[in-house]
Amino acid sequence: MGLSVCLMEYTPQFSVVWNNAGFFFQGVLLTLQIVITAIAFGLMLGVLGAVGRTSNNRLFRVVAGAYVEVFRNTPFLIQLFFFFFGLPSIGLTMSSGQAAILALAINFGAYSTEIIRAGVEGISKGQIEAGMSLGFKKLQIFRHVILMPALGAVYPALVSQVVIAVLFSSVVSQISAEELTFVGNYLQSRTFRSFEIYLTISLIYVAIVWFIKAIAYLIQRKFFAFTQYIQ
Amino acid sequence: MQDFTLSQIITNLLLATRWTIALSAIAFIGGGIVGFIVMLMRISSNRLLRWPSMLYIELFEATPLIMQLFLVFFGISVVFGINLTTWTAAAISLTTYTSAFLADIWRGAVEAIPIGQWEASKALGFSYFRQLQKVILPQAVRASIPPTVGFAVQVIKGTSLASVIGFIELTRSASSISNVTFQPFLVYSMAAAIYFCLCFPLSLWSRRLESQFSYQ
Repeated sequence: MGLSVCLMEYTPQFSVVWNNAGFFFQGVLLTLQIVITAIAFGLMLGVLGAVGRTSNNRLFRVVAGAYVEVFRNTPFLIQLFFFFFGLPSIGLTMSSGQAAILALAINFGAYSTEIIRAGVEGISKGQIEAGMSLGFKKLQIFRHVILMPALGAVYPALVSQVVIAVLFSSVVSQISAEELTFVGNYLQSRTFRSFEIYLTISLIYVAIVWFIKAIAYLIQRKFFAFTQYIQ
Repeated sequence: MQDFTLSQIITNLLLATRWTIALSAIAFIGGGIVGFIVMLMRISSNRLLRWPSMLYIELFEATPLIMQLFLVFFGISVVFGINLTTWTAAAISLTTYTSAFLADIWRGAVEAIPIGQWEASKALGFSYFRQLQKVILPQAVRASIPPTVGFAVQVIKGTSLASVIGFIELTRSASSISNVTFQPFLVYSMAAAIYFCLCFPLSLWSRRLESQFSYQ
């Protein structure tokens, strides 16, 4: 009863969303820009990390293992604050946008290291020997026999990690890096229409996530169609 | 202004860790209860139960936790005219967030049970809930323990986001201390170390459980 009375007093006005549609659109572009850059660097880190984790060299294994455990067992927000506020005190100053991309990339790298490692360990030794007997060079074996089949095998897990990176990117608004959530906070502080704005932004994130899943499906069909032949 | 000594920084961070642990526990227990109900709805054959639960899981898994916190903290106070404390808002958002993920994890475990188990227990004349209670869930629980423990790590890390609505826990207090001491490098490293001490044992335990269960 009390709730319904309160509800009637409040009329949501989504006009605030239409009037600022340009801001939201810009926010989406900025988010995509940050996420795509971070994932590109993060994937390289992930491949490097997986090579380190599966290496015969003990030092590489330990370093890659420590990297994975430290970044998977601490909150992203703390990592972000450490990069943006902590590193300048030892002389490494960066803009909020750079810190955001760096933190997202390193975080994504740690998770993707473990994912790609699982894929690499799933490649049987016989495959590598087959590659060798076919006269493949070392780098060719790494690329065609180990990396691509491994990526293909763990592709769904990598896509989930990309989705998580999109959701994590909202956290970088906390160091005033400009992206979708930052736009939301900015509009909220000017219009006080918090409910309408945050609801809209949440739904935009859902749309981005679905969009990425759709793209991921197309990429899988184009580049990783061979996985259906691998048992 | 009073200078912070190293031991004072550590003491204050550890005191704030209590609230991180308390919030994680509330989220995990509350999320477990709600998540169990959502999971039961999700595996139901009744569409009226299944579809809302699918939507619930999908929406919580596809929106950032920070948005959920903002929507609960600002949204509820505006729409319903109730001013939530940061405690209530943080507890509600983290509980719903946890429940959606746990429901999804547990659904996976239940759906991994071979259909023959359902058919056999039905043939024995078990009712739906007896089937669940005596045959399906005891097997599903075993498979779902490692990912559930693993998700506890995500919940602990997730509580750090409650700091953005002003809930005072480890991250919030690290920010305050670093603002006063001008030693962000030291303070955030220590906060990270405390989080690591909370999360790493759980990660190890989850991995050990996983390898135990996979060899049985």
